[in-house]
Parts: sequence; structure tokens; C-alpha cells
Amino acid sequence: MEKRVTFNERWLPYLLVAPQIVITVVFFFWPTGQAIFQSVITEDAFGGNTKFVWFDNFTHLLNDSSYYESVRITVVFSFLVATVGLAISLLLAVMADRIIRGASAYKSILVWPYAVAPAVAGVLFGFLFNPSVGTVSWMLKGVGIDFNYVTNGNQALILVVIVAIWSQVSYNFLFFLAGLQSIPKSLIEAAAIDGAGPGRRFWDIAFPLLSPTGFFLLVINVNYAFFGTFGVIASLTQGGPGQATNILVYKVYNDGFRGQDLGGSSAQSVILMVIVILLTIIQFKYIERRVHY
Amino acid sequence: MSRILLSSVAAVAMLASVHGAAAQTEIQWWHAMGGNLGDAVNALADQFNKSQKDYKVAPVYKGSYTETLTAAIAAFRAKQAPHIVQVFEVGTANMMAAKGAVYPVYQVMADAKEPFDPKAFIGPVYGYYSTTDGKLLSMPFNSSTPVFYWNKEMFQKAGLDPNTPPKTWKEVGEAAAKIVASGGKCGFTPQWQTWTMIENYGAWHNLPYATKANGFGGTDIELKFNDEPRIKFIQMLADWSKDKRFVYGGREGKSTALVTGGECAMHIASSGSASAIEKALGKDKVGIAMMPYSPEVKAEPQNSIIGGATLWVLQGRPKDEYKGVAKFLTFLSSPEVQAQWHQQTGYVPITLAAAKLTEDSGFYKNNPGRDIAVKELTLHEPTENSKGLRIGNFVQIRDVVDEELENVWSGKKDAKAALDEAVKRGNELLKKFEAANK
Repeated sequence: MEKRVTFNERWLPYLLVAPQIVITVVFFFWPTGQAIFQSVITEDAFGGNTKFVWFDNFTHLLNDSSYYESVRITVVFSFLVATVGLAISLLLAVMADRIIRGASAYKSILVWPYAVAPAVAGVLFGFLFNPSVGTVSWMLKGVGIDFNYVTNGNQALILVVIVAIWSQVSYNFLFFLAGLQSIPKSLIEAAAIDGAGPGRRFWDIAFPLLSPTGFFLLVINVNYAFFGTFGVIASLTQGGPGQATNILVYKVYNDGFRGQDLGGSSAQSVILMVIVILLTIIQFKYIERRVHY
Repeated sequence: MSRILLSSVAAVAMLASVHGAAAQTEIQWWHAMGGNLGDAVNALADQFNKSQKDYKVAPVYKGSYTETLTAAIAAFRAKQAPHIVQVFEVGTANMMAAKGAVYPVYQVMADAKEPFDPKAFIGPVYGYYSTTDGKLLSMPFNSSTPVFYWNKEMFQKAGLDPNTPPKTWKEVGEAAAKIVASGGKCGFTPQWQTWTMIENYGAWHNLPYATKANGFGGTDIELKFNDEPRIKFIQMLADWSKDKRFVYGGREGKSTALVTGGECAMHIASSGSASAIEKALGKDKVGIAMMPYSPEVKAEPQNSIIGGATLWVLQGRPKDEYKGVAKFLTFLSSPEVQAQWHQQTGYVPITLAAAKLTEDSGFYKNNPGRDIAVKELTLHEPTENSKGLRIGNFVQIRDVVDEELENVWSGKKDAKAALDEAVKRGNELLKKFEAANK
């Protein structure tokens, strides 16, 4: 039978959820409302000369080829960050789970990068891959690769993907490891007795049982790729070269705060919000069905 | 009860008036000068505060130019605006459009009855920030202009005369070839490519950047920088990049690292970078000269245009306080203060008197090349094409130009396709600006 908690006072439940509601209203609904309002007006930077322009800001965007380019880059970027990032973290978690000696040392080291803010990670990798003084680009030159993320768009994109994944791997790793460790040992042992090898045991037992964790991480990682990677882009490439790393969230910032085009920038953030809401709905509707809890 | 209330109100009012009489009026000055430059700014404010008793200027460092501007905008909207904010030159058209937010400098001076002589200023410095009929909108503060730097050691190694800089772009190409042949990693790299290679290349050769006198005549303008000479010029650099005669080092000031690191032998950069480059390479190893030009485009160079920032006065403060602002602006543009600022930082002096004072003091003899910036700016009487640029949404347009130039350097596009596209995308942004500010 289901156990139900009941409150004797009527106001208590409201009081308990109030902090959460207040935070959501102040940090989500209010700014969202502002963004929607800003997206249908134009004004000069100082807030004067305000004009209601209906959907002009959106029409401008949808007629702008560079906006579609930014959408395309965001899709490629997010796909790479989410899939490659999750794959690497899962691999690392499986490895760490099997280790017996010095396990906690390995785990600590793998969790470490999470303490580095994305912007700092961007600067760090910027030094490592600097085309003229970077250690890594110097080594790459040794094997015949001329790595220059300042002029080469594809290399720049690869670099920001690497940095974004590097900053997020620890987080994914922790969840995967916890997920793996919560799988009952008896299941694995039973399979082993039945003659299943390590590969078979992983794909048929551990992987399906990990799917709730994997699903949760997929949602988190897609959101991370859309928004959390801002610091990496801002500190490393500023969207360049050309527009090779100009993902949507960076474009919002760039047009709004550097270009002082608040209307256009708000229109972009409204679209961005709709995209993320849709993505999350799709993930919950279709992918979640295939998840075993 | 009411008597107590009344008397306490009176007491508070009295306290306030006593306080008001004793305290100086504080003038908030938000700026974007970090590090050494920030120290120089604080020293200026100190000097002013010690020179009189009525006003106290409080400089506040607000981060980069963009951050400073964003902070000032937010403060203005919250009715907490600073009196003075430092805004970079590309923000000029947007500031002008912000009617009701800006208190034009000529008016500040007139209202406060401060003496003010437009003729005292260096032409292109004054022109960039004044209306078409010559009224100054913001006070020039830190202005610079691109100059040519070369590494004398690398020149020597390549068999070139270390004391003769190339005068034309053809000579730059020849020198770059020799430098690469002698084992140099890079011949030439520019800083702030949109400013140096497109905007200043245009002014230097008297080519228009946009219609209506580069935007000075109105907001209904179109960009014009995809002309034959500039397409040829950018294509030439792209061809050079194949054998490292030209190397692209990134946006804004990033490429200077290639010069201070001894990879690139030649550089076009802000005159304000002089001290940093001299510090890295050694004062006697660096030469500063005028920018090269293309004689086939124009027989001799016109004049260069400035970059840097100016001080804008914002509305929304009690009237009396602007008297102090006017006094401070007068102080800032006085020859002694300007000469000191110019010598300390490498920025251009904004008045002719300050330039003369610096020359008379023998500063240029001990620091050869530091006078090049003023010489470039005053080379000829500025034309419509070399007075300056007044472009709306300029920050975004510069981003577009940066992006398209990067497409050239990476070989994705040729110069013509890239500049045509930059003009097309830029015109869209201009139309948007025009529509928003009608």
C-alpha cells in the first residue's frame, strides 16, 4: 500500500514549497517575461525611443543566414558534447568500478576537473593549444598536424568540444559510477555463473539498469551544451574564427551585451528557450519510454 | 507626538544641510582602464581633487569597454547613472542615438560657462566625436591610431637595413619574403584587423567606408568598403598567408603576442601598444614608423583615423553637479595633463598644445617614434573619408567584418566574396539601426 503523508495545518505545505516558488518566479518567470517583452520592442541601449514592433525582431532573425549557421553549429556542437562526453564518462566509470587497488585515488583524480570553472578550463586549453606557444600544438606539429584554432574553424570547433567535454566528464562519471555501484552484485554474479563474459554482462545487465542514469545525464548534458558551455566559448574563441564556434547562447550574449541590440538578442533567447523546452519534452516523451526504472 | 516628529524632521534636515555644506560634490567617473592605465587614471583624479575643493572625482574601474558601457546603461535605466562614462569609439553612433541619455559636452561646457576652444584640439580627434557642424559631443580621452612597428633584429638577420622600414605595401611584401627566407616564422601581422586593415586602410588612401561621409551625414547609409583597392589588398594578404609572409593572429589585440614573442617581424598596431612592445623586445630593437601605403591607389597617404575611447556625460543628475563635470573636463584637456597622459601611456595627446609641450620637453628625442601617431593623424587636412566613422550597430558590424576576414584567412572565401558578404550583412545591421532610431 502507498504511504501518504498528510499535513494537519493547511498553510504548512505552501510554506514549505514557498522558497522554491519564489526562486523560480524571481530567477525564471520574471526574466522570461522580460525577455518576451523585449523581443517585441526595439529601443536604444539606454531604454529610450521604445517602439512596439510586433515580430520584426523575429523576422530579422529568420531572414538572417548567419542565424541558421549558428543553429547548425549548435546542433553539431551539442550532439558531439553530449554523445562523446557520455561515452567517455561511461567508459571511465566502468573502468573505475572494476579497479580494486587505489580505487579512491583514481576516482578523486577523475572528479577533479569538475572543480575547474568552464571559463578557466577555456583559458587553460587556450594556453595548451596556442598556435605559437602551446605545448600540445607544438607536439602536434611534431607529428605533422598544423593545429591553429585561431584561423581553422573545424579545429576551433574540435577544441571547444574537447574543453566542454573535459569540464563535464567528472559530473557524468560520478553519476555513472554511482549507478554502476547500485546494481545488485547478485545479478552480475548470477550472469557470470551462467557463463556470460564481461562484455555480455555489461551490455545485457549493467547497461539497461544504467538507463535511468543515462537518460538523466542526457537531459543534463544537452542543456549543458546549450548553456553551460558559454564560458568555454567566451574565453577561448569568442565565437570565431568566422562563425565556426558561434553557438546560440554566445550569439545571444554577443548581440545583446556587446552589440547592445536588446530586441534581437531577446528574440534569440525566446527562440532558444522554446528549442530547449521542446527538446526536453521530446526526451521525456520518447526516450524515457525506453528507459527501465 | 507631532511635535516630536516635527522637531526630529527639522533636526535631520539641519544635519543634512550641515553635511551638505561640508561635503564636496562627488563626481562618478566610470572607466575601463585596468592595470597601469588604471593607475594613471587614478593619478589624474587625485591631481584634480587636490587642485580645488568643491568637487571630488571618484574614478571607478568597471571592466572592459563593453562591461563599462553595459554597467552604465543598467545604471542609467535604474536612475543611478554616473556623471561620466568612458565609451569606446565604435559606440559613438549608438551613444548619439540615445537622446535623453547623453548630455553633449559642448552643452555641458556652455551651460557651466566654462571656456572651451574647439580649435585647440587635433583635427581628426575632435572630428570623430563632433556633429557635422562642429559641436563636440564627448570629450576625447584616450585616443590612439595604428602605427607600423618592426623588429630590427629580424630585419638585420634577413639582410635588410634595420633602420629603414618599408614605405609601401610592395616593400612590406619583399621584406616579409626575405624574413621568411631567413628562417623567420612570420613576416607581418596586424592588430585589430577591422580597424587597421579596412577602416584605416581606407582613410589612409582616402577611400570611403560608408556613404554620407562615413555616416557623419545621417543614418540612412550604406557600407562601401568592398571597393577594388581593398579587395586587392585583402587578397594580397591572403596570398601572402600561404608562405607565412602574413600570419593572422586572432581578433582584437591578440596578434601582438606573435610580435612580442619574436615570431612576426612587422606589425600594425595601436600607438597605445608601443610601451608593451618596447618592453618585450627592448626599446632599441623596435622601430615605429608610419603605416605603409599603396602608391597605385593614392600617390601619398591621406591621414589616419583614431581608435580608443571618449568620456560621455550622462543625464539624470542634479544640475549643479554638472558644473564640476565641466571643470573636470577642462582640467583633463589642459596641455600639462594631456602631455603627461600622452607620455605615460602612448595615447595621442588630444590638443595641439599638449603635442607641442611634449616635443619641447625633448620626450620624442629620447623616445623615437612616439610622435608618429600625431604625425599620421595630422598628415593632411581630413577629408570626408578620413574624418572618422559614425556607424550604427558598429560593434556588430565589426564582428561581421572580423568573421568574413577570417573566412579569407582560412581559405574558405576569396577577398571579393568575403568583403561583398560583409557589406551585405553590415547593411542589414545598418537598416535595423536606422529603423530603430527614426
